[in-house]
Order: sequence, then structure tokens, then C-alpha cells
Amino acid sequence: MSTHNIKVDDHTGTATTGHEWDGIAELNTPLPRWWLWTFYACILWAIGYWIVYPAWPIPGGFTKGMFGWSSRNEVAQNVAELQQLRAPGVAKLQAASVADIEKNPELLAIARQHGGAAFANNCAPCHGAGAQGAIGYPNLNDDDWLWGGKSADIQQTIEHGIRWDADKDTRSGAMPSFGKDGTLKADEIKNVVQYVRSLSGLPNEGGADLAKGKQIFADNCAACHGAEGKGTQEMGAPNLTDKIWLYGSDTATITNRVVNGGGGQMPAWTGRLDPVTIKALTVYVHTLGGGK
Amino acid sequence: MATAQPSSIWQKHAVFEKNSIVLLLGILVAVAIGGLVEIVPLFFLKGTIEEVKGVRPYSPLELAGFNIYVREGCYLCHSQMIRPLRDEVERYGHYSLAAESMYDHPFQWGSKRSGPDLARVGGKYSDDWHRDHMRNPRAVVPASIMPSYPFLEKTPLDYSHIADNMKTLSIVGVPYTQEMIDNAEKDIVAQTSGDAAVAKRYSNAISRDIGGKPTELDALIAYLQRLGTQVDFKLYDDKANIR
Repeated sequence: MSTHNIKVDDHTGTATTGHEWDGIAELNTPLPRWWLWTFYACILWAIGYWIVYPAWPIPGGFTKGMFGWSSRNEVAQNVAELQQLRAPGVAKLQAASVADIEKNPELLAIARQHGGAAFANNCAPCHGAGAQGAIGYPNLNDDDWLWGGKSADIQQTIEHGIRWDADKDTRSGAMPSFGKDGTLKADEIKNVVQYVRSLSGLPNEGGADLAKGKQIFADNCAACHGAEGKGTQEMGAPNLTDKIWLYGSDTATITNRVVNGGGGQMPAWTGRLDPVTIKALTVYVHTLGGGK
Repeated sequence: MATAQPSSIWQKHAVFEKNSIVLLLGILVAVAIGGLVEIVPLFFLKGTIEEVKGVRPYSPLELAGFNIYVREGCYLCHSQMIRPLRDEVERYGHYSLAAESMYDHPFQWGSKRSGPDLARVGGKYSDDWHRDHMRNPRAVVPASIMPSYPFLEKTPLDYSHIADNMKTLSIVGVPYTQEMIDNAEKDIVAQTSGDAAVAKRYSNAISRDIGGKPTELDALIAYLQRLGTQVDFKLYDDKANIR
């Protein structure tokens, strides 16, 4: 294993490395030409890359490359191209009112597409992919609305949210916690809960006094839910007579609402979504089936 | 067989191949040059971490939430890095800035997403949604493959070491003041009892009245609701600090 044994192999004409084991010598075969030239070409490519793209740090900054490429410029350009593509549709939506959009099949198709994509990304986690809702999150397909089902109401809700403190125009008004505050006693709550159940024809569980419950309802609940329990949309007080329940109709769930009060929240989307997207969402939700 | 002798410089590599110490020194020199060229300039480039208005250290409650996020391994499925690519910007919002995660130790970047990116999840859902979702993700997103974390809301938050945690972070460059460290536990109570005082030390910190006795879930939600909300992109100038 030394260099002084280097010989030229008779058969191939190639020098050996000088390594020899039991008469077997290692040929010092040069790298294949094609490989070597590919390697040189890569080095040249790298030099070209340094010139074309940002590459080398220099005092006070870095080389910008021939075209001043940056990932930020590229994404800005890509988004601008996308907006260019959408511009005709967006301009039409911008110019028309929600009512006009719904009357015009072409505009309606654009708005539903635009709004549907925004709904899937932003609204579906709570309201469900088909706007079917979940426990605590309203179904948007039916005609039962907590805060109003006219397009203006829906738009207001999307823009400013519900009980979303970060937005000063948010819809507010929450059910008081009648039990926790001590406004109602346990037996009073039992009576009023069964009375509320009776409004939609549910059976009286636990032998509550419905007449007393009715009186308690008139004194404490009617201000928001209405004398007949049909609800007040200005305050987000639900209709209690329609057999549609946000949290559930069983005695335990209703009791929990009366004891602890409160209400769900919805984020305000102004700022996160642009005005045209909010308008498209309004059309989308309004035309799901239950819009007034 | 005739004898051939190495002659040109291209045959001198035999020196490296036959002497391991020389090879080791050669590798060190080559790696050092690469490191010097690639790493050192970053310390002098203004654009490495842009100075952006609004980014502040986590409040103690948010920090406790961050620790739970790391403990539960949320980063295994969720990244916090919106790349400057059209589709990501369309879905998640403005691309992430280095400054937005400058106080994360460890950072929560990544490219593997079994779940969505969370860099801008703050304010996107209500607290109640997060509660329902952590208890059982399928309750709100039927197709979700996320595990349930029902124990978080049953476990009271242990924040007895939060001041030490902040002290340690201040050593690695998070600008916690002595005042912040001294008031750490008080600020956790303030931020969970609707006391706006916490916003004095931590701008825009949202205080919720949950009786001053947070669970691990409350801390985690406080952390999540803060993600990506610090920088006002209406005022942000992407050219200001890039030279």
C-alpha cells in the first residue's frame, strides 16, 4: 500500500493506484467523461444562478440578482394575477346590491361560488360543511333565525359577529344567569323549564306546576322571548315554540341554560374577509333555503 | 508495467485520502467556509428578522398555553408558518413574518400538516368552539382526524413555575422585564378574571372572566386566540426593513 508501486496495467493501459493485495492491483480509472462534464456544467450553472438570483451577502445587504426576484414579490404577483382573474366577477358583485344579485342568475352563480369557497374555509368549522349546524351552532338551511334572516341582518351578523367583544358594533345581549345570580330558586326554575318545554308540546317531566311556570315566564322571560315565547330577533332571543333547539330540548339542557345563561359567540369577519367576500357570503347564506 | 508518478495538482488529493488527520482538518476548513458565508451575514442583514410593530412577548397565561401546546405535541400535525405561496395566502391569510415567532422557544414552524396551519387561527373561532373542539373534534368537524383532549378542561393549570420560565426566556432574549416576572402569577389571575390590568403590561391581551382559576384548556385557548393577531397588516410595509 504505497505509491512507489504504481504501474501501468498492460491490458487497459491505465495506471494502478499502487494498492495491491495478493497480486490483485487496483486500477486508477479516471472518472467517466460524461460525469465529469456534467459536474463542470453544474458549477457553471451555479455561477449563472448567482448572477440571476439573489445569492451573495455583501456589506450592507446581499446581491439582488439580475431581476431582483424575491419570494414576496412573487406571491404578490401571483395574488394579483388571481385577483385579475376574479376581477370581472368581483366588479359585478361590488356594483350590485344583494337583492339585485339574487334576481340575476348570472350574478347569483358568481356570488354562490365565491361565497361557497369562503364558507368552506371560514364558516364550516362551526356551521358545518353543509351549513347544517351542530349543537350550539345554528343550522343556516332552515327558516329559523336567531338574529334575523333578511339579507341585511345576515350581512350585519357576518360583518360584526355575535357577542364578539373586539368589535364594538357586534350583536350583543345574552341570557341572564337566573340560577347562578339567585334571581330564580330551584323549584321556580323547575316550573319554568317545564313550561318552556310545554310551549313546543313536550311532556311535563317531574310533575312541575305549569301555571306557576307560566307566571314566572311572564315575569322574567317574556321581556326578551316575548309573551308567547316566540322570541325577539333584535336581542337574539330564540323562538321557544318552534321545536328547533340550539342546545337541546331535554330538561337538563334547558335547566342549564336558565341557571347559567350566556350565549354563543361568532367572530366578526370585517377585516379578515374583504367586503365583496362578505357580500357573497351573505348571498350564499341567504339563498341556502331559509332566507327571509 | 511501467511506473507512473503523480504530477499535476489534481493528483494531490492522495494526501487527504491517506492521512485521516489531514482529512479531518480539510473537512473542518470546508465546513467553516460554508458556515461563515451562509450564517454570519444573517447577523448583519437587517431583513433577517424584520422589526415589526405590535409583536410582544406572551403574557404568562399565553405562555402557559404555549407550553401545553408543545407538551401535547400539537406541532406534530399543525405548523405555524404560512409560506409566501398564493394558495396558502388565500387560505390562511398574510404570509408569516419571522418577527411573529421571534419569542417562540422552540419555534413552531414546519411544513408537515396533518391539520391546518395555525399561524393565524387567533380570533377565527370563538372560545366555546375551541372548548367543544378540544373535548371532541368530531362534535364540530365531523371529518376531523384530530385526537380528543377532554382532560385539558379537567386539569387545573399549574403555573407555579411560570415566573422561572419567564426568567429563563429572558436569558435567551425574550424582553420580559423584572416587573413582568414579579407579577407573573398575578397576571394569570388578572387575565382569567376579566381584569383589564393585564393589558398594561401585555398590549391587547384579552382578559376573560372565568373566575381567576384557569384550567389547562383556558391557557391553551388564550394562546391560540392570540396567534397571528399581533401585527396589523393594514399598517405593515413589506419593504420597510428589507434592504
